[in-house]
Amino acid sequence: MLKIRQLQKKKLEEAAASAAATADITGNSSTISSNNKITPAQLRLQKDITELDIPKSIKLTFPNSSDLFNFNLSITPQQGYYKLGTFQFTVEINGNFPMDPPRIKCSNKIYHPNIDLSGNVCLNILREDWSPVLNLNSVLIGLNFLFLEPNPNDPLNKDAANVLVKNKTLFAKNVRDSMRGGYVDQEYYDRIV
Amino acid sequence: MTSTGKGVTVCAKVCPAYNTHVYGFDSSLSIPSIFTSSLYTYKLVMTSVFPLLKIGPFNEYPDEYSSVDAADALRNSKVLVIGAGGLGCEILKNLALTGFKSIEVIDMDTIDISNLNRQFLFRESDVGRPKAEVAAEFIRQRIRDPSLSIVPFFGKIQDKPLEYYKQFTVVICGLDSVEARRWINATLVGLVDEELNNLIPLVDGGTEGFRGQARVILPTLTSCYECSLDMLSTKQTYPVCTIANTPRLPEHCIEWANALEWPVHFSGLKFDADNPEHLDWMYEASLKRAKLFNIKGVTRSLTLGVVKNIIPAIAATNAIVAASCCNEVFKIVTNSNPILNNYMMYSGDDSIFTYTFSHTKKKDCSVCGNTAKTTIAQKWWTLQDFISQLSKNQEIQMKRPSLTTSTQQLYLRAPEALEEATRGNLIKKLSDLIEPMEEILVTDPSLPISLKVRVHFEGPEEKPDTISALMSDV
Repeated sequence: MLKIRQLQKKKLEEAAASAAATADITGNSSTISSNNKITPAQLRLQKDITELDIPKSIKLTFPNSSDLFNFNLSITPQQGYYKLGTFQFTVEINGNFPMDPPRIKCSNKIYHPNIDLSGNVCLNILREDWSPVLNLNSVLIGLNFLFLEPNPNDPLNKDAANVLVKNKTLFAKNVRDSMRGGYVDQEYYDRIV
Repeated sequence: MTSTGKGVTVCAKVCPAYNTHVYGFDSSLSIPSIFTSSLYTYKLVMTSVFPLLKIGPFNEYPDEYSSVDAADALRNSKVLVIGAGGLGCEILKNLALTGFKSIEVIDMDTIDISNLNRQFLFRESDVGRPKAEVAAEFIRQRIRDPSLSIVPFFGKIQDKPLEYYKQFTVVICGLDSVEARRWINATLVGLVDEELNNLIPLVDGGTEGFRGQARVILPTLTSCYECSLDMLSTKQTYPVCTIANTPRLPEHCIEWANALEWPVHFSGLKFDADNPEHLDWMYEASLKRAKLFNIKGVTRSLTLGVVKNIIPAIAATNAIVAASCCNEVFKIVTNSNPILNNYMMYSGDDSIFTYTFSHTKKKDCSVCGNTAKTTIAQKWWTLQDFISQLSKNQEIQMKRPSLTTSTQQLYLRAPEALEEATRGNLIKKLSDLIEPMEEILVTDPSLPISLKVRVHFEGPEEKPDTISALMSDV
């Protein structure tokens, strides 16, 4: 503990020196009365959520406003195949954030090459390319991008991807039909316009 | 015997079974009487106290080192061991044999049959019992030292109050979870106050197959666990599109069953890898998928390995890493030699390689970049008053602060939905919203780090009516 005491002394001296230069607002410290600890995940998440810099087309809603870890997302693309549809997602963040990525699922059944019929989303940064240096903002931007530029090379809905590669006009028509709520290739899709 | 220049007189209270004596060492004695008493006591002294008689060759503070203090520190320190698994068993054995007399051990797990190959404090008859309790029992019976106290706790580290952690000299971890490490790291950093009291060193060990690491964290002084979080490799995952459409590996089939099929078949039911029926279903589903794509290699144990993300544990790696960690605890407590600065990696993949380096403290680390500050607030202040005071007083001007506690959102500037939900709090009295000294987390886009503030209330409950009092005088 000698080493630690030496380091403590050094740090306290440094702190005293800087405190002399600037006025310090901190007063007497008493014991910590509360046992409620802010978790490291909350530390990070609050910063991520309050500093989101996202386009107006993405809206966040919180079913329980005291819970930052579970919320809903709606995306209303302003251009592209999915223009003016409104797509609902649920976002689930666990206590191990940002080690674990947010879990995002689409709540609507939609016609999209990268989103399957049960709402799973194929976005690299949500799974294999996730890293703690990324944040919630990057995930939302990535998700938004999927609607502007559906990617037929990594399909989750293979039929939709095939149509997008072979016949862009038919794909655009299929997207329009599905968004109005109807059948595309015998599959019923939710109305989202 | 080497003289330290102060005259070596170590009073080592060695208490083997059936034989409690106070032995005296004296530099004038050529053979300390203790060495002739019994082989057992001889061994105990050799392994724990004897090395402390000599001053370590690299001792940083030779003038302040005293072998008496060192031996006392060893006996009087209180060590918390978190985890009683592969690393934990090694750590407990090492600490007890080194001569630590007061040890507590926490583990939330029970013993599984697959642990027995390396977790040597457990026997087949112990399967199903709590690891911490069995480990403590075994050590007690094996070492039979009445002066050794080893207290088990079967539960989560999060179950213990903050005050509990203050009693330890040092905390040593042999954990398998990043989340638990982050929790204990943040807790120990949070304990340190402005005068740097309650600074409890954290020694953390980790192994993964043939690789391992040992590190020493001096909370708030050196780089903490959260500082280097970005360096951790994340769990092996596969692109959804691959598992959905073009599986090539047996793991792809298992992930398909786990991530895509389970939620479809059992909507709302959480998969439990310890439930044999759940695992059977997962295995069958994966196997069917593998047959469809002509993929070989899906077995029941691979299925379990993939869904639980199991990395095979190597007993020798555990032994090496635990030895290094216990060595650090010994040095921290006794001051006998310099402590690890601050990270040692070990790799036994291809012959043996170790490398020691110093992680630097991350300036904007969300955990140790700041310690909680105490600030004074009037009891009559509204949340709005408090926020404006906070923005005025800080060196860094905050533009759009957001405030939360561990249980509620006080005020969030963004996004819109949360701003609306929390706006009503602004006119409420702060003292009604929070407990005194409750931790408030303040973030602001202009601050690279978040700020933790504890509030000490004073003054009257109601706003003093100074202005109207002045007016009536006129």
